[in-house]
Amino acid sequence: MSKSAILSSSIAKKYWMAITGLFLCLFLVGHLLGNLQLIFKTGEEGRRAFNEYAYFMTHNIFIKVLSYATYISILFHSADGLMLAIQNKKARPVNYVYNNPSANSSAASRKMAVLGSAILIFIVLHMANFWWKMKYSSDPMPIHTYVVSSTDQTGQPKTDTLYYTHTPSLQPIPTNPMIVVKNGTELYFKDVNVKVGDAYKDLHKIVMAFFGKSVNGAPTNEYALFAVILYVLAMAVLSFHLIHGFSSAFQTLGLNHKKYTPSIQVFGKIFAIIVPAGFAIIPVLIFLSR
Amino acid sequence: MASKFINISLKVWRQKNANAKGAIETYKLDNVSTDSSFLEMMDQLNEQLINERKEPVAFDHDCREGICGSCSMYINGRAHGPETGTTTCQLHMRSFNDGDTVYVEPWRAKAFPVIKDLVVDRSAFDRIQQAGGFVSVNTSGRTMDANATPIPKDDADKAFEAAACIGCGACVATCKNSSAMLFVGAKVSQYALLPQGKVEAKDRVLNMVRQMDEEGFGNCTNTGACEVECPKGISLENIARMNREFLKAALSAE
Amino acid sequence: MSKLDSKIPDGHISQKWADYKNHLKLVAPNNRPKIDIIVVGTGLAGSSAAASLGEMGYNVKAFCFQDSPRRAHSIAAQGGINAAKNYQNDGDSVYRLFYDTIKGGDYRAREANVHRLAEVSGNIIDQCVAQGVPFAREYGGLLDNRSFGGTQVQRTFYAAGQTGQQLLLGAYSALSRQIGLGRVEMFNRHEMLEIVKVDGKARGIIARNLVTGELERHSAHAVIIASGGYGNVYFLSTNAMGSNVSAAWKIHKQGALFANPCFVQIHPTCIPVHGANQSKLTLMSESLRNSGRIWVPKKKEDAAAIREGNLKPKQIAEDDRDYFLERRYPAFGNLVPRDVASRAAKERCDAGFGIEANDTNEGVYLDFSSEIRSKGKQTAFAQGDQSPSDEKILELGKKWVEEKYGNLFKMYEKITAENPYETPMKIYPAVHYTMGGVWVDYNLQSTIPGCFVAGEANFSDHGANRLGASALMQGLADGYFVLPYTVSDYLADEIRTGKIPTNTADFDDAENRVRDTINKFLNNNGIKSVDHFHKRLGLIIWNKVGMSRSEKGLTAALEEIAQLKEEFYKDVFVPGSSDELNPELEKALRVADLIDLGHLMALDALQRNESCGGHFREEYQDAEGETLRDDEKFNFVGAWEYQGHDITKEILHEEKLKYDFIKIAARNYK
Repeated sequence: MSKSAILSSSIAKKYWMAITGLFLCLFLVGHLLGNLQLIFKTGEEGRRAFNEYAYFMTHNIFIKVLSYATYISILFHSADGLMLAIQNKKARPVNYVYNNPSANSSAASRKMAVLGSAILIFIVLHMANFWWKMKYSSDPMPIHTYVVSSTDQTGQPKTDTLYYTHTPSLQPIPTNPMIVVKNGTELYFKDVNVKVGDAYKDLHKIVMAFFGKSVNGAPTNEYALFAVILYVLAMAVLSFHLIHGFSSAFQTLGLNHKKYTPSIQVFGKIFAIIVPAGFAIIPVLIFLSR
Repeated sequence: MASKFINISLKVWRQKNANAKGAIETYKLDNVSTDSSFLEMMDQLNEQLINERKEPVAFDHDCREGICGSCSMYINGRAHGPETGTTTCQLHMRSFNDGDTVYVEPWRAKAFPVIKDLVVDRSAFDRIQQAGGFVSVNTSGRTMDANATPIPKDDADKAFEAAACIGCGACVATCKNSSAMLFVGAKVSQYALLPQGKVEAKDRVLNMVRQMDEEGFGNCTNTGACEVECPKGISLENIARMNREFLKAALSAE
Repeated sequence: MSKLDSKIPDGHISQKWADYKNHLKLVAPNNRPKIDIIVVGTGLAGSSAAASLGEMGYNVKAFCFQDSPRRAHSIAAQGGINAAKNYQNDGDSVYRLFYDTIKGGDYRAREANVHRLAEVSGNIIDQCVAQGVPFAREYGGLLDNRSFGGTQVQRTFYAAGQTGQQLLLGAYSALSRQIGLGRVEMFNRHEMLEIVKVDGKARGIIARNLVTGELERHSAHAVIIASGGYGNVYFLSTNAMGSNVSAAWKIHKQGALFANPCFVQIHPTCIPVHGANQSKLTLMSESLRNSGRIWVPKKKEDAAAIREGNLKPKQIAEDDRDYFLERRYPAFGNLVPRDVASRAAKERCDAGFGIEANDTNEGVYLDFSSEIRSKGKQTAFAQGDQSPSDEKILELGKKWVEEKYGNLFKMYEKITAENPYETPMKIYPAVHYTMGGVWVDYNLQSTIPGCFVAGEANFSDHGANRLGASALMQGLADGYFVLPYTVSDYLADEIRTGKIPTNTADFDDAENRVRDTINKFLNNNGIKSVDHFHKRLGLIIWNKVGMSRSEKGLTAALEEIAQLKEEFYKDVFVPGSSDELNPELEKALRVADLIDLGHLMALDALQRNESCGGHFREEYQDAEGETLRDDEKFNFVGAWEYQGHDITKEILHEEKLKYDFIKIAARNYK
């Protein structure tokens, strides 16, 4: 009894929705904090911060565990949600001829499945654009390089293009034919085949280019405006999903109390607005500052 | 209260029997007193139909004072009509205006199949109750004295509020998922709040939820529509309480 | 009078039931599954009986015409349930409850039955609490009580204004448990249309499946009728629309005597009639009389101005109000028994002081302003505010009232669109309960062997007037604590009978009777709806067999009803067919029985040349308009024996009432 109750009963399915949903809310916070590097710091500093963040997110073992939990959550949340939506549809084979649901419930609460599906599509596109490129694309990722202006011994101004590396205490590694990149980010002396450092993938550049801002004269996405609008729309959808989803998860988990529930609801609403707005503002600012 | 009379147009779901295909029929009804209840208006319609030698509209009703839970109409897109906290029998025609078109449909849910016209089969609720909605105490009267176990007033009041459910099914009808969680939550809560019910709390919640699922009700998505439309104002807290009870039971049951 | 053996056991009143129980025959547990019992009706009496007998191990089949047993009309009882627990330490006892009930019934109830009821009253509360019935409690966690009419103690247990609902759901939960265990088979949406007798014993019923229209045969070793009262004979009553007398009337036609049909309770506090299309009346619980004061204007011109809408009740000065119950009955005031309160209201309205603007000007005020003030002040003081402002007092007072009666106030506002916190409620008496019913002996067995009758359907415990909060008590007492013993005693002789076949001539005959009646109605090709006749019947009975009756009126009523009956069978139109859900057919079958019953009521009222309880004959009153009982000639239960289609031919049997443990006195609430 208990086994099947935990796995298959309607309430258990709801639990899983709530638990995975709340976990994904946490993920959103982490993701947003990272993304904000894109706008809080500008220029080379911001670029470094963001690429370091991107590296950290793909290499830290703890983050890795979390990220797998996130993938599983997304999959589970989607599959479970889809199953529930189908069951719910089946529970009313004949619909009302005349229905007025807005009299007793919010549109957001009634459209969770549609909103969720839209978010899922967005996630797929989003991952194809950034995450997949970062991790698996066969096209070589751009490497984070930067330009240093200085004067040479003769006092003439000169510029050097340097790799931004993990070991900044060493001698800066310039981009020149002596250095080759292996395995995406490893820098080797061409002649002696000695590794001299690890460069960063330049996700920052991809993001900037995607949303229309050229860094160091790199080519940009010609559909950037479209991308920005789509991104902002997706965040609006997310906002509606969260407006109901956040407090709903607490209710499902049985955390309903006269004293605390109003605060949870208010917090949920704020969360549902602030977090997606935070995400949405980034591409807008990038686009505007192009 | 000065009586007023209005003329209305009714769009009523007519369905000969469970297997027949139904459809909306339109009727004009004149001189409806605004002091009449909605069901008295339906009586008036039926009287008109009978005088035209047509078959009257079948609908469930009994006490007509908002407590038996028989009446069950979906009126203008809402369970029990436009007022909140009201059963159809307590809805009065003063809530409508002269010239209004009023849609009247049966509850819609797989678990509540239509029997005829506006009459649906709600025996699924009975079966949920039979699965565990009771305290297994014999009816001998040889229990302990009623005052032997004091019960905090707050708990007793909350149990009463949950027990005030009239089993009308408006929660299911109005829920976009046809979920019965408010009904079952109220039952589970009533007993979970009282010391007499705690003994069997685990089995009760598991069995009642299992039966609820078997009956084909949908899942709760916390839209809160049920709470708004419940004629007795049963709170969503009861669903949360059931969720807690269920988790406790599912995790600890052997 | 061999027909009426009440089987009241010997011994002292306080020992009768205990001794009797000790000597009843038993059915051993291994034999019980061989025995079938049918229970018709699933209100408090039916549900509790079915649950108890199922639990004992009998095969029980329970029937209700509603879509769920939980919807039986017991659910609508509001105020409370009496029990002689004396939790409030105000001198209550079993004897006092017994005494109050006999006196409240105007000395027309059986001593032994009523004492048994009082004895088991405490067990009912214990049982219900054990079942999880959420009664109102005090802050200390113990059960709360309130007062009801006709008593000077607080013995009424309650759950807001929904006590009947909570008790019924308790019984329903016990029943559901037995259904789940397979010991009770439940037949929802089934209506009993005939009883089947085999060799003079009740052996089964014919029931119509209301969804498919199929006529079903069900056999059993005993049949219990718990189908409620016949208040719907008035068309407008506080009964549910489906409440009917058919089950009781069918057994009457097959030989069960029908007792005291003229004893009907008119409840004083209902919402007045509003218009011609009204289908039913709504009760405002008697508990409101704990807090509300009943009045009409002292001046006729004020009453007229109110009716015309030129004056509001609040504008009537305190000195210009006639608190007529407090004036006439200072000892009990607004808490006199129901019949007394109802008649007093009628007297004022007949005299021209009614305040409701309907056809009959019938309505009086039930005013909560005094209570709101006094409770508001009390609450303020309790909160430490020694000089509360007026607004504060009103606010707190309204809150107090809301906590106590919130749902009733809400219900009133919904129906009338007036706010009773601000303006007094308008109320008027309406038919509520029927004390009369199938005659039963001490075992609750009718004059058909094996056919038992419980709850409102029998006549047994309330005499000529029922006290508030006693109906719930009786229903549960019969079902939980009486029938399990007495039915077993009867069944002890049936353990060798074996299954009763339904393919016999007796079942054929019964089914054919039902089929013929149904076909007659469907092929009648009349012109008028069933409701048309029902409303006319109601008007005749209300006007002539209602709150006040006279020989002249009753004689006229007899003729009018006979005339109506003839017209009904000639002109009624029942659409649809027999093999489907057909509410009009259901109504026609019920109204046919109500017409006959109404006829018998008038007959009974006419023979009872006295005034007692709810039966008020204008010829028999004292100078102050109080009832005049005739204990010499009419201290009997009048039980009628069916003699065929012509109701006037029914034969009256008398069961003399003996009072060995109570001194008969004039009923005085002054």
